[in-house]
Order: sequence, then C-alpha cells, then structure tokens
Amino acid sequence: MSHVESVEYVKLLNKYAEKKSALGTLYLTATHLIYVEQTNNARTETWVLHHHIVSVEKLPLTASGCPLLIRCKTFQLLHLLFQRERDCQDVYQSLLRLSQPVKEEELYAFLYNPHQNEEDRRQGWEFISVANDFSRMGLSNDYWEISHLNKNYEICSTYPSILGVPKNASVAVVTGSAKFRSRGRLPVLSYYHKDTKAAICRCSQPLSGLTSRCVEDEQMLQAISQANPNCPFIYVVDTRPKLNAMANRAAGKGYENEDNYSNIRFQFQGIENIHIMRNSLQKLLEVCSVKSPSMSDYLTGLENSGWLRHIKSVMDAGVFLAKAVCEERASVLVHCSDGWDRTAQVCSLACILLDPYYRTIKGLMVLIEKEWISFGHKFSHRCGHLDTDPKEVSPVFTQFLECVWQLSEQFPCVFEFNEHYLIEIHNQVYACQYGNFIGNCQKERLDMRLHEKTFSLWPHLLKNQHLYRNPLYRRSLESTVLRPSTLPLHFKFWCGMYNHYDRGMHPKQSVLDQLLSLTQKQEEGERTMTELQRQLAVADGVLPDPSGPINTPTEQDSPSEKTPTAPFVQSNGSCLPLVNGDAEEAGPGAEKCIDKEGAEPGATEHDLTSSEDKPVSVETEHSKEEVQESS
Amino acid sequence: MEFAELIKTPRVDGVVLHRPFMPTVEGTLCLTGHHLILSSRQDNTEELWLLHANIDSIEKRFVGSLGTIIVKCKDLRVIQLDIPGMEECLNIASSIEALSTLDSVSLMYPFFYRPLFEVIEDGWQLFVPEEAFKDLESMTDEWRLSEVNKDFSVCPSYPSLLTVPKDIDDESLCKAASFRHGGRFPVLSYYHKKNGMVMMRAAQPLTGTNGRRCKEDEKLINATLCAGKRGYIIDTRTIAVAQQAKARGGGFEQEANYAQWRRIHKAIERSNVLQEGLIKLVEACNDQSHSMDRWLSKLEASNWQSNVKEILTTACLAAQCIDREGASVLVHGTEGTDSTLQVTSLAQIILDPACRTIRGFEALIEREWLQAGHPFQQRCAQSAYSNGKPRSEAPVFLLFLDCVWQILRQFPCSFQFNENFLIMLFEHAYASQFGTFLGNSVAERLKLLLSQKTVSLWSWVNRPQELERFLNPLYEPNNLVIWPSVAPQSLLLWEVPLQMHEMPKEHMDCEISMC
Repeated sequence: MSHVESVEYVKLLNKYAEKKSALGTLYLTATHLIYVEQTNNARTETWVLHHHIVSVEKLPLTASGCPLLIRCKTFQLLHLLFQRERDCQDVYQSLLRLSQPVKEEELYAFLYNPHQNEEDRRQGWEFISVANDFSRMGLSNDYWEISHLNKNYEICSTYPSILGVPKNASVAVVTGSAKFRSRGRLPVLSYYHKDTKAAICRCSQPLSGLTSRCVEDEQMLQAISQANPNCPFIYVVDTRPKLNAMANRAAGKGYENEDNYSNIRFQFQGIENIHIMRNSLQKLLEVCSVKSPSMSDYLTGLENSGWLRHIKSVMDAGVFLAKAVCEERASVLVHCSDGWDRTAQVCSLACILLDPYYRTIKGLMVLIEKEWISFGHKFSHRCGHLDTDPKEVSPVFTQFLECVWQLSEQFPCVFEFNEHYLIEIHNQVYACQYGNFIGNCQKERLDMRLHEKTFSLWPHLLKNQHLYRNPLYRRSLESTVLRPSTLPLHFKFWCGMYNHYDRGMHPKQSVLDQLLSLTQKQEEGERTMTELQRQLAVADGVLPDPSGPINTPTEQDSPSEKTPTAPFVQSNGSCLPLVNGDAEEAGPGAEKCIDKEGAEPGATEHDLTSSEDKPVSVETEHSKEEVQESS
Repeated sequence: MEFAELIKTPRVDGVVLHRPFMPTVEGTLCLTGHHLILSSRQDNTEELWLLHANIDSIEKRFVGSLGTIIVKCKDLRVIQLDIPGMEECLNIASSIEALSTLDSVSLMYPFFYRPLFEVIEDGWQLFVPEEAFKDLESMTDEWRLSEVNKDFSVCPSYPSLLTVPKDIDDESLCKAASFRHGGRFPVLSYYHKKNGMVMMRAAQPLTGTNGRRCKEDEKLINATLCAGKRGYIIDTRTIAVAQQAKARGGGFEQEANYAQWRRIHKAIERSNVLQEGLIKLVEACNDQSHSMDRWLSKLEASNWQSNVKEILTTACLAAQCIDREGASVLVHGTEGTDSTLQVTSLAQIILDPACRTIRGFEALIEREWLQAGHPFQQRCAQSAYSNGKPRSEAPVFLLFLDCVWQILRQFPCSFQFNENFLIMLFEHAYASQFGTFLGNSVAERLKLLLSQKTVSLWSWVNRPQELERFLNPLYEPNNLVIWPSVAPQSLLLWEVPLQMHEMPKEHMDCEISMC
C-alpha cells in the first residue's frame, strides 16, 4: 500500500480565528492521520483514525493555498491548507483509499493487538453474554424458554442462535411464523419483566400484503399473549408511520390485521425510516458547522433538520412500551420493516426505562450486545465501515445513544455512567478497532471468525471505567421505572456529541470532572487513613507487621499500562482520539465571543481562553493531557 | 383605606388547591389584606401563602355551583383553586383582583411585614456608596465622590453620591447632565484594577437633529482617557434606532466631537419588545400540542434566546475592550436604565471575581441596578400573564439573571452562589415581603422611607440559615476573567423560572450538595 507519508508546512485552520491557525506536519500511517504542531517546546498532536473519516473534499484554490476539508464520523471537522497543490492532491488520493476500505480484512480491528494473549482474548469475548442476561431476567420459567432452533441460523439468518420463545409455542408455530415474517425475523423475546410477567417481543413486519394471513403467526402471537397471565391482550406496535406501513402492503408486506389476530391492540408510532434520519443528521451537522450563526438561524436550522423531532419520536415509542409493561402489565410485540433499526431503538430504550440494570456500565454493554449486535442491527452497513451503498448508512445507533443521553439529562442520578461513556462507545462503533461492531449479524461475524482474529471492546471499556463513572449515581434509586417527560421543551441539543470538537462551546469548567476528581481524592484520602490506622496499630503492637516495610498507600495505580509495539496503535491516539484532538481544535478561543464588525475592538484580537485567563480547572486538565502525550 | 372593605368573603372551607406536579390539598381558604392562604389545618401539610402582589391575573370557570379560579403569578407559577359555591367563588375572585392591583406603594406588604427573625446586619446599611468609594480610593486617586445630585435635582434617577473624574467640577457635571437624557451624565460604573481602565455609563446624548454638542460632556469623558489612548462608546442600540432617536431630541456621540472615541452599536432590544418576548416564551412553554417543530419555532419567534445572546455578546464586548484592548468604555442606550445596566453589570461579572461571591453580587445589584435607577417598580408591575395593557413592564432584570445563569452554567465552579439564589432574586423583584425592590430610584425610596419602614431583602438573605440554600458546593474562588461562550449551542433555555412544567425529576444542585 503506497501512499504519501508526510507533508510539511500544512496549516490546520482554526474555524473561529484564522490567526490562531497552526502550522505543522501531516503524517499518514496505515491507520491514522496525524497532524503534529511544534511550537517552541510544546508539541501537539491530532490523531484521526482513517475509519473515522467520512469524507474528504478538495475546496477551490485560495491565495493562501490548497484547502482540504476532512469530515469525520465523530463529527470532527479538519480544515487543512497545503502550500502545494500536488501535496494536497496526493493526500486527498491517499485518504480516499485509506478511509474507504473495500474488504473487511482491511479494517483496523484485524491489525490491532492490545497485547493480550489468546486466553485474554477468549475471556474478553465471553465477558458479555446474552444467555446470562436471559437467566438474569429469570428464563427459562413457566412461560418462556430458550430455544436453539436457530442454532445453525436456518430459521433466520440475521437472528442470534439462541432465542427466547413462549413455552407453549410449538416448533411448527415457530418455524411457520418465521416464514410469514420479512427475512424470517419471527416474534421472539427481547425483555421479560419479572414483576409484571409482561414481555417485550420483537420481529419484522408480517408478509400480510392486502389479504394474506398465516395461522402459525396468529398462534405465535396468541402464545405470546398467553405467556402473560396478567393481561388478556398484547400490544402490537408498528414503529413506522402508518403511511409507510400501508405502502409496504402493496409489496406483499405490511402490518397485522386486527381482525385476524385475537386480542391484539395495534398501534403505529411514526418513527421515520433510515433515509429520512440520514438526511436529518446531515442537516443538523450543517447547522452545527455554521461559523457564527445568529440564535434565530440556529433555532430555525435545528427545527428544519427535524433531528429533535425524530429523537422525540423514538423516545415517545420507548415510553409507550415501558408504560404498557409496567402500568398495564401488558406484553408488547414491536416491529418496523425488517425489525433491526427502529425496533432495536425502541426495545433497548424501553429496557433502559424499565430495568435499572441496563443503566449500569456493564448493563449498557449487555443491552447493546443483546438488542443491537446479536439481533442483527447492520452495523457494517449503517456505519459505512466499508465502501458500500451510501444509502444503507444511517445514524440509527447514534439516535439510541442520544436518547440515553436525553434521559441522563432528566435523571442525572440513575445512570452509573456519564456522557463520556456514550461518546466513547459512539467513537468505538465507528473506529472498527475492536471486532464487536463489524459485520451485520451474528452469522456474518461467525463466518469472519472475528472472535479469533479481533478483540472485544467491552473489557477495554471496563478497564477504563473510572473515566466513565457518574459521580452522582445513586444505587438506592435503582428499582425505579423511569417516567421521562417527553414535552418538546425537555429535549436538548447534544452539544457534547455533535459539537464535541468545538471545545470553546462547552462549559469551561465541568461539574462532572470536578466531582470525579473529588471522588478520587476522597478515595485516596480514605485509603491513606486506613493505611495510617493500620500503621498505628502496628506501632502500638496491636497488629503484627505482615508487610515488612510500610508502603506509601497512594501508590496504588499500576504503572504498566499496555505498551503497544506498533507506534501508531498507541492507546492515546486510537482509543481516545479526543485527548489529542482537543489541544488543537479546541484551542484557545475556539469560540469567539463577538461578532466581527469591521474594526471593532476585539473582533480581531480576541483570545477568549488564553491560558492566562483559563480557569483553574482547565489548566489542570491541560496538564493532564500533556502528561498523557509524553508518556 | 381598610383592606377589609375589599375582602367580601374572608374565608371559605372545602377549597381544593391544585399545583402542577404536587399533590392536591383540600382545606380552608383565607384572604387577608396581603395574602391568599390555603391551609388544610392538619399538621405536616404544606400551607400556601401567596402574596396578592404576586398575582398577575386570574381566570374564573364554573361547572354547576363549583367554581374554579386559576391564579397566574408574576413569578410564572400557575395554581388552581376549586371553590364550592358560586357566590363565594365570585367574591374571592373579585377580592383577589382588587387586592392584587392596588396602586399605592405604601399599601404594599413590606410596609406591614414584621420579621420573625432578629435583624443582625441591616441590609439597608450594607452597600453605601461611601464604602465602595473607599475601595476605589485605595486603587486610584483619579476619581472623586460628587454631591452635585444630593437633592436629586440634577438627575432624579441617580443616587445622591456619584463617582466622577477628579478634574471635573460640579458645574461641568450639571452642564453635562443637561446634555444627557434624564440628566444621566457619564459616571463611573467599574474600575478595572488590573490595568486601570474604567467602564462608565450614561444615557444618550441629546444631540437632536441639528447635532447639538456639549463641551463639558466631551471633557468629562475625555478626562477618563490616558494621554494618546482611545476609548470605546458602546451604544446598545442599532445605528438605525440611534438615528431615529435624534428626531425625538436624543442621539449619539458624533465622531467629530468625540475624536478620541470609537463608537460601536449593538442591538439589544428595547424593553417593550422584551416584554412581548417573555409573553411569547411563556405561551410557547404552555403549548400543549407537544409538537417539536411548533415548540422550536415558537421559541425562535419569542426571540428570548436571541435577547440573551445579544446582551451577553455586548457585555463580552465591553469586557474585552477593557481587559484585552486596554481601553476605557462608556456604555449607554436610550435612558441608560435598562440595557445599559444589563451590559455594565454582566461585564463586571466577567471581569471581577468579587462579583461572583454572594456579597459581591448583592453589592453589584445594589450599585448597578437599585442605586443606578433601574425602575423596578415599573418594570415588574406586571408579568407574562397580565391581561392589563402593558405600560412600562419588561423582564429586563430577569434577562440579566438569565445571562448570569448562562455564565454560571459555563463556569459552575466560579460562583459562590447557585441557581436558587438567582431564582430567589427573580421572585423578590416581582413580589416580596421586603422593601428592597420597591420604588424606581434612590430618591423614591428615600421618600417612601423604606429603610425605616421596611426590612431589606439582604437582612434576611445574609442570615447563615438562609444563605446555606444559596451556596454552591463546587465554588473555588478564582481570580481570573471568565469568558463565556455565546455560540447558540452554548446558551440553554433557563427552564427553572418557567416553572409551569414538570421539572427534571432530580435536581443537580441538591444532589451535588449531598455528595
């Protein structure tokens, strides 16, 4: 693979203050684009994973050089300026190729080795298990059992090998029902709510057309209904807008006819399809990247993008499910068209509303593994991992993460994790550094032998969980079902995600960071206290001295982080690209405060967050970064 | 006048109180001269004590003989009272209407309120101009305290003592005053210790259509410039609005006459426009359609967030001129009592760490709002629910508090106080048992004998028992200038004062303080 390796004198343009633009060297490695700026003694690096690059655009030549605009799936925007047209063209060509791998084997995960042995790898993959979650819910029980009918993916190629099905559904009913559902995605258990015995089930649309029916499918729904002794009916929720569902009828698909199924209550939810969501995000990002928008432009743009409307529609549907389960004790069957996008969003959101377990760091991993990965959300297609059909790309998973974030804004104490966790998961989904999100379903992943060739993300996240903790998390609130407000007023724009790299827009002091560091100090203090008490006891002769020389109690942190061999697989670059990114992009004065108005004071010279005026906490944050970079 | 004459039915039993997201309470409704009280007369249940002065408007509804009164408050709370008996309901409604629209200031509750606590530190004596001047004197000797306005004849809306350049005599001040709207000649607002630059404020100059000038006014503001230095005049109005003002005798400083000054126009809305914005915002929040698009377009149409952005931007500009450009600044709009004060007080919060403490913030409100002559009584006479014809009501102070909240949100560790403190100030500005926000100027307050006849809000707030509620547990004093971001993405809607909807289930502040 030949490509440009480095170009000198490249300018990284600062969106807000051109004077602040950096001059540095651009390196292209097999996996990353690295921009290095050397000023005096400070060396700042911006690392961008090639997989994160969504588009590279050559802009018209300007007097100062050849501009190249790089957009990332992490919503980072790099505006480079080359002195020579040829350099620009070379980098452009190289990036096009590097950022759009054609074959799976070219993905980063197949190169990446976090220095674990085979045993670690195996354990890593076994760490999160959907089967364990079934037993946590109380399966098998009198009503539900685990079926292995799909162990060879013969009934449904995009479903997992183990399925939760009603105990009284016969094999004939299960297989018959699968034949009547789009792509064989028959109704199976998503979540069983122990307290009410109500279940959330998921499937794809029925192949009902205008008149078709299927006895087994009707029996299947009957079986689901009978599996809940607390309610005489089930809800069937079609998450699509009614019009879309009706259009599908003409193509031999469609939705359940209430006359054919006994005791169902049918309901549309009106979540739009992947294409509308993709366009909506596109519009939202346009709003985010406007240089100095007026409030009016911004609010109008936000409205026109429709993004928050879509987020609300997903949330509304999730809330509907949770209410049905916990208030009406009714089971719910959810589907959309194929049952792998909207259905995944809505089911997983309902799980979070109903079950505090999914609000923990590990619980969210289980939930993603269960509702998204194993149920065949097409991560490869939706994230555009490979150079495939751009019409398949859609921010369905991003919307789910945003819904969780919206909930965490309304309920700041019920999630064990913080915003960084959601953003890190989002980055990792697109990074393809670990194997979890490669492929479109379990069978594909098995065929690719991902468990042998790549590593799992989850152990890595767990190892860094101190970064992702919510200091306000209170376990005592655990048993509550969340009842969020879905008034439009309570949905916010997620600046931390879509304007993540515009650090100037974020609060300059972070309550989260402050609390995390206080918690850490408290823990250290307690450790010191315990140790001193022990020493005192030893000195008093109350305790024998088991440890010989006394250790200083604060030396708890293990010094040996993983030390990768390949220089470009460094943990700070790839796992936490933002750490490097922000020194640059964020830069001082990333957001200027005043509109440019000719010769106004300040319009030219503002540096709103120059180091001298940086609040203390920012200073310390900065020094932390430097430590990381030099390590 | 006896309040009893206005109270047709002083007491009704079996009244049911509905408040949003709180359990309903059934009990006895009592009307006193100043309060609407509802009590279940059982232990441990909360009583409602609502000041009549807080009531913005009421609505009556009848279903059979059951009457319902919806009470909409100036602090934007909405409560509902179900009253059995049509006559009782009508009587209560007309009594509330009469009692909540009394015009005479001296009938207001602060004149009747007797504190149940011992006043240890009298808030009326806490922030006197002499003390503030002593601080200034310790830093510079360029300024003096003038008594030119001691009988309020030079400028009725200014306090009796004013800080002016040392070299300008009282006679010149009088001449400059005659050249400024309402006699509000340029006075010192803030001295930036770091570089000795100053911020002054005034009202618009009365240049009129024929370009009148006033040598004393020019001399007065030039006296604040160092040799060879230029200053900035920040006119909070757009150039078009400022031009129009000429026709009514107002205007702006002509470059030719103020050669050492560069004028910058910003676009902070006039107060009547701000009031419309508040009404639209509250309407949008109350929209029950639950459509996202409708909410966003109504929010946009209210211009509330635009106003917040513009005010903050202008304050940042003033602060930048001073701190970054090393230049002195004069701020004015038309009257110099609204947008001017928003800008000068916010600029101080950005520049001066002292203003971010509780005491410092109280002092700032005293100095830049109360003593500077913001007409609280006129601006806060009615709020978003009023049916009355708007006179000079405007949420100028609420917008200022909103801007402070935005900065507080961006610098959550730099303020000694929390959001509750801002909410408390908002509520007391509209209706209070304390006399602090009564009257429109120092002169009016003196005439009303407020300091003798009423209790100061500060006397109550500064008690350790009360203060606790307002402290920010994350506060770490920080001596730096804090520059807020004014990008639209950085400015959130301040939901709490718009309390008609359910709040997020848990509140960060109380959670943090429990940590």
